[in-house]
Amino acid sequence: MTAPVIAVDGLGFAYPDGTAALDGIDLHVHRGERIALLGPNGAGKTTLVLHLNGIHMPQQGTIGVSGLRLDGDSVMEIRRRVGIVFQDPDDQLFMTTVREDVEFGPRNLGLTGDELSRRVDSALAAVEVDDLADRPPSHLSFGQKRRVAIAGVLAMDPEIIILDEPTSNLDPASRRELSATLQGLDVTQMIVTHDLLYALELCERTVILDRGAIVADGPTRELLADNDLLERHRLALPAGVRLE
Amino acid sequence: MRVVRRPNRPVVEVAGGHVHALYRHGHSVVHRIAPQVKIVAAFGFVLAVVITPREAFWAFGLYLAALMVLMAIARLPLRFVLRRMVVEIPFLIVAIMLPLFGSGERIDVAGLSLSEQGLWDMWNLLAKATLGLLTAIVLGATTQVPDLIKGLDALHVPAVVTAIISFMVRYIDVILGEFSRMQVAMASRGHEVRSVMGWRPYAKTFGAMFVRTYERGERVYLAMASRGYSGTMPASLRVPAPGSQWVIGLGLIAAAWLVAYVAWAQQ
Repeated sequence: MTAPVIAVDGLGFAYPDGTAALDGIDLHVHRGERIALLGPNGAGKTTLVLHLNGIHMPQQGTIGVSGLRLDGDSVMEIRRRVGIVFQDPDDQLFMTTVREDVEFGPRNLGLTGDELSRRVDSALAAVEVDDLADRPPSHLSFGQKRRVAIAGVLAMDPEIIILDEPTSNLDPASRRELSATLQGLDVTQMIVTHDLLYALELCERTVILDRGAIVADGPTRELLADNDLLERHRLALPAGVRLE
Repeated sequence: MRVVRRPNRPVVEVAGGHVHALYRHGHSVVHRIAPQVKIVAAFGFVLAVVITPREAFWAFGLYLAALMVLMAIARLPLRFVLRRMVVEIPFLIVAIMLPLFGSGERIDVAGLSLSEQGLWDMWNLLAKATLGLLTAIVLGATTQVPDLIKGLDALHVPAVVTAIISFMVRYIDVILGEFSRMQVAMASRGHEVRSVMGWRPYAKTFGAMFVRTYERGERVYLAMASRGYSGTMPASLRVPAPGSQWVIGLGLIAAAWLVAYVAWAQQ
């Protein structure tokens, strides 16, 4: 069996003031999975995500990405393998045109010339924004910005992409288009969200994080049908929605 | 390789799209010349204007004529240019003060006692500021901001500087958008500016803006680090400008400097 795309074992992390943010996290994600990471505000979701690509280094425990262990030497390769799409696309689209922005990652990997443009074109095409290549990011709609941010990550040719609150601020149509796009991408995905129905629609497996620990890990439908579990961890389906 | 270019596509105007408002779409020779050539030519031209002695009226006339020709080639409407000259108004006010309060010999003009020295200073300031501004308008109107940054990069301006400029260009709309949302939020809760005291919340808003901008900077950095940023921006592809364009650009500078030289020689 091949190494899991993400292998987190016994991960612990405390902020400089001593607040424990993560405590004994074990999480394995396998190739081709699309998993949802749920949890109330302040549960440690973002902290966990920032560990997965080495922005934060583990204080306890280990992180492996496709068999490569995260440490000071491997961090650049880990960042290539783990692509993060941040919540506010304005934070992520920092170059002056869409094309330059999508080029940013592959250029950092040293790609140039035809190889670079091939990589960029296919990333733009994968999220259907190839007609926006020469636009400044500030002139895009929110949904378009989100797609371009995903293209920027895809252009790194990652093993997994992690999307932080991908549906926030999207109108229903953009939300549906995004789910079609995500379902069409041939890459392992982790979706961090408060949007439980989105998790249900897209992800077979869900992990619930609360107070820095994983409190549930199982099939999405099962977990979301467990009202006690949801209530205990400040999660809730929209009013009137019940799963059997 | 497939490059998608649709220059005729209408650009969606969003609130505060002013950064690109300097640019006027076109396909003229002036538009097509490589940005680095235009930057050098504009700088060299302005330098010639600045060193020209103020008594050489004819020289300033020639500079103005050269700029008008460029504007005509670039098809910049007069209204467009005039609107963009509004930024000169504060300088204009200062310049008008000079003859009123200048020292030295005074002459009577229409019943006003004006300083002769002040009049010369006013003329000098106005002529040179106007020509400099017109040059900048032509440059800005025919070169898109990303191209200007590429031009600076091609001229070997340090990458840190071009990176700072491009971040500024990229985020000014975002930051102004945030500021106007804060203003709307203030107005929605009854804030009205009736006196200078009404400005106080603005000062606090500015403080909050600094903090927000700083935090955004941190988030942008995280996003950059996540895509392999390790301290240096990836070098952009420098496309050298064709020699013929340099001939045009340097020719313009040479002509302007010749005019300046002749003007000095006449003194």
